[in-house]
Amino acid sequence: MSGRIEPGKTVGMEVSIAQAEVVAQCDVDCIAAYPITPQTHIVEHLSEIVAEGDLQAAFMPVESEHSAMSACIGMSAVGARTFTATSSQGLALMHEMLYIASGLRLPIVMSCVNRALSAPINIWGDQGDIMAERDTGWVQIFTENGQEVIDQTICSFKIAEDPRVSLPTIVNMDGFQMSHVIEPMVFYPTAKIRDFLGVFQPLQRLDPRAPAMFGPVGIPEIYTESKKAHDVALLNSQAVIEEVWARFAKEFGRQYAAVETYQTEGAEYLLVTIGGLSETASVAIDELRAAGRKVGQLRLRLWRPFPAAAVRQALAGVKGAIVFDRCLSVAGTGGPAATEIKAALYNEPVRPTIVGFIGGLGGRDVTVGDFRAMIEKGIGYIDRGDAPLYELVGVRE
Amino acid sequence: MKTKLLPTWTELPLGCLVDEPGTAVEYKTGDWRTNYPKTDENKCIACGVCWIYCPDDSRRLVRRQKAPAGALYTHYYDFNFNYCKGCGVCAAECPTGAIVMLPVGAVGEPAKRDPAKTQEVKR
Repeated sequence: MSGRIEPGKTVGMEVSIAQAEVVAQCDVDCIAAYPITPQTHIVEHLSEIVAEGDLQAAFMPVESEHSAMSACIGMSAVGARTFTATSSQGLALMHEMLYIASGLRLPIVMSCVNRALSAPINIWGDQGDIMAERDTGWVQIFTENGQEVIDQTICSFKIAEDPRVSLPTIVNMDGFQMSHVIEPMVFYPTAKIRDFLGVFQPLQRLDPRAPAMFGPVGIPEIYTESKKAHDVALLNSQAVIEEVWARFAKEFGRQYAAVETYQTEGAEYLLVTIGGLSETASVAIDELRAAGRKVGQLRLRLWRPFPAAAVRQALAGVKGAIVFDRCLSVAGTGGPAATEIKAALYNEPVRPTIVGFIGGLGGRDVTVGDFRAMIEKGIGYIDRGDAPLYELVGVRE
Repeated sequence: MKTKLLPTWTELPLGCLVDEPGTAVEYKTGDWRTNYPKTDENKCIACGVCWIYCPDDSRRLVRRQKAPAGALYTHYYDFNFNYCKGCGVCAAECPTGAIVMLPVGAVGEPAKRDPAKTQEVKR
């Protein structure tokens, strides 16, 4: 941290290293992690920062991701600001513990470097891992570049630890195409970040002086009520998330929104993207706009809580939307974003046609040209009204 | 006695935290059993093996002034039927064979819940 980064100056740095640096700036107390490609550089660098004495924190190298999340749950329960990072199979191995972290309302922050799930074994970028964890009850935020990773990592601690939220939070970035790319980024002064976050004040914690138990049995008479409380807390977190983003904009100068729009004015067709490929898609939008096409882009930043009202509002009045998912829900009804957007719109009196494309799986490149072709094809489906349930693009026939 | 209503979703503590220690005594697991243990007070040597093995804290030492006629020891262990699940570990481990397992509903079965014993473990 100190000496390695120069706040206020644009620096070129690998995004994973930058995230480790900003986590240190956020003054975490505890880190438990197990290395997995493409998350490795984040925790490797954090362990260096701790070993060099630049961050007063406990770094717990564990024997699996299941143990990593278990350790994070324990450390967060004693009131420590806690961070971990994982990818793919590691996230899948954490699966059952993710529900426990959120059910116990522990504000752990996790970086998820999105990678495909086996089989076949594939270490490259894809959102299949996080989409399998949709229902774990965590706040889930997507980023599109290194600067957003820095910003959203800071915001995530603020969101998670807000007493009105008190829920664990995942910051997603695309594997390799973001995590391993050297990008220009600007760091903020550590004191300013720590001032923004304040000291973590847990609402309740394990303390021998005031005995309490986390994780009791929830019998049938209790379980439904506990799930209702969790659901309402996650739904209500959206207002706090937006409040944090507004405060971040005021203090750090960059504004974020649950659903972000690009070139949507007068657009009849919208391309909806989520995660790192959104920027590539924006270039396709620019090109089509320059050619006089009435197209625009929506980028889903907040995935949980799902910003249903914002999605409805953003899609009101358009002829159709082309949703690009980087995840295949095998033999389902479409990609995760497409199906959820459809569900959010279904009861609207007037609703646009939704075309779902799936691509970029397991690190497959999706170029500007690919997005242009998808938009053109999608517009055809929308105009003719013959869109398939979903379509996998870029497949060799 | 005032009936305590179950909490609504807004009344549940955050993450269902139990902020009061020792509340497990309020959950009477005695309702679960299909077999119940019976102690032969005269055979019991009060060694406490059953107390060590009992997974649910349902063994209680009963202190007597002196050993009655036929009894080996002054004290003996009896059950707290509020919590005994009838697992039979005590009967299997008892070195003197003082404990036998009998089916629920057998003649002489103690009450499923024993109000007096609840008092005994009250914090």
